[in-house]
Amino acid sequence: MNGVPMEHGLVLAATLFSLGLAGLMLRRSMLFVLMSLEIMLNAAGLAFIVGSTAWNQPDGQAMFLLVITLAAAEASVGLALMIQLYQRFHSIKLDNVSRMRG
Amino acid sequence: MELAFYLSGLVAVLATVGVITGTSPVHSVVYLIVSLIAVALVFFALGAPFAGVLEIIIYAGAIMVLFVFVVMMLNLRADAERTPPLWRQPIYWLGPSLLALALLAALVALITAGDIEMAIDGELITARAIGLTLFGPWLMVVELSAILLLAALVTASHVGRRSDPGHSSTPRNAPNRGDTP
Repeated sequence: MNGVPMEHGLVLAATLFSLGLAGLMLRRSMLFVLMSLEIMLNAAGLAFIVGSTAWNQPDGQAMFLLVITLAAAEASVGLALMIQLYQRFHSIKLDNVSRMRG
Repeated sequence: MELAFYLSGLVAVLATVGVITGTSPVHSVVYLIVSLIAVALVFFALGAPFAGVLEIIIYAGAIMVLFVFVVMMLNLRADAERTPPLWRQPIYWLGPSLLALALLAALVALITAGDIEMAIDGELITARAIGLTLFGPWLMVVELSAILLLAALVTASHVGRRSDPGHSSTPRNAPNRGDTP
């Protein structure tokens, strides 16, 4: 069989998503939390691209465009929140704002 | 094509490990840029050049430049996470981790069951086909994403405003004042 099997692409996407989730759970700095979210969104987009190229349909790539749009919106709002956090606490540790014990 | 796929995938995974284990913010951002470029090369290898170009231009170009800009503006430095707070106790993360591991095991078992029988032969999907899809049957989704971007713009410009200096230096900076014994 020539070409990359679809399983390998999906395993790569799952690996990247798991790494992003691990980073999200391990790190307490808001910058690393935002970067982990970007990794996870990127892994979801990779899965869309793998499906799109496996079936030779352009719908997966259109969906990838929407994932990129969502990532841009999320990054802008998250970075604005991070600037506010730094201005108020002079640190970007998320434990500073855990007063709600969430 | 196969060599490019596996090599780029390996680079992407290693760079992502570098992101989540790094201590310096700038190093982690640069590792993340490397990871995104590696994923873009995976897209090129799979036969999705339009998605790869978009990944480089928008992700590695625009979003990561935003990250670098904020890191430079806030002048963050490598800080050891020296106070392990309450989340180190296993009761806070054991349950969700076990459930997520069960889901991951199910996903990997489904993927490696071997009945997908599909190979990606690297046939190109051109930008013309994607554009016809986007502005044909997906037109409403495009307009909804435009509304999403507008909402993000308004939110970012409202939240990210500089608070007045008399207000930001009030004792609200002390996070736990008076509510811990």
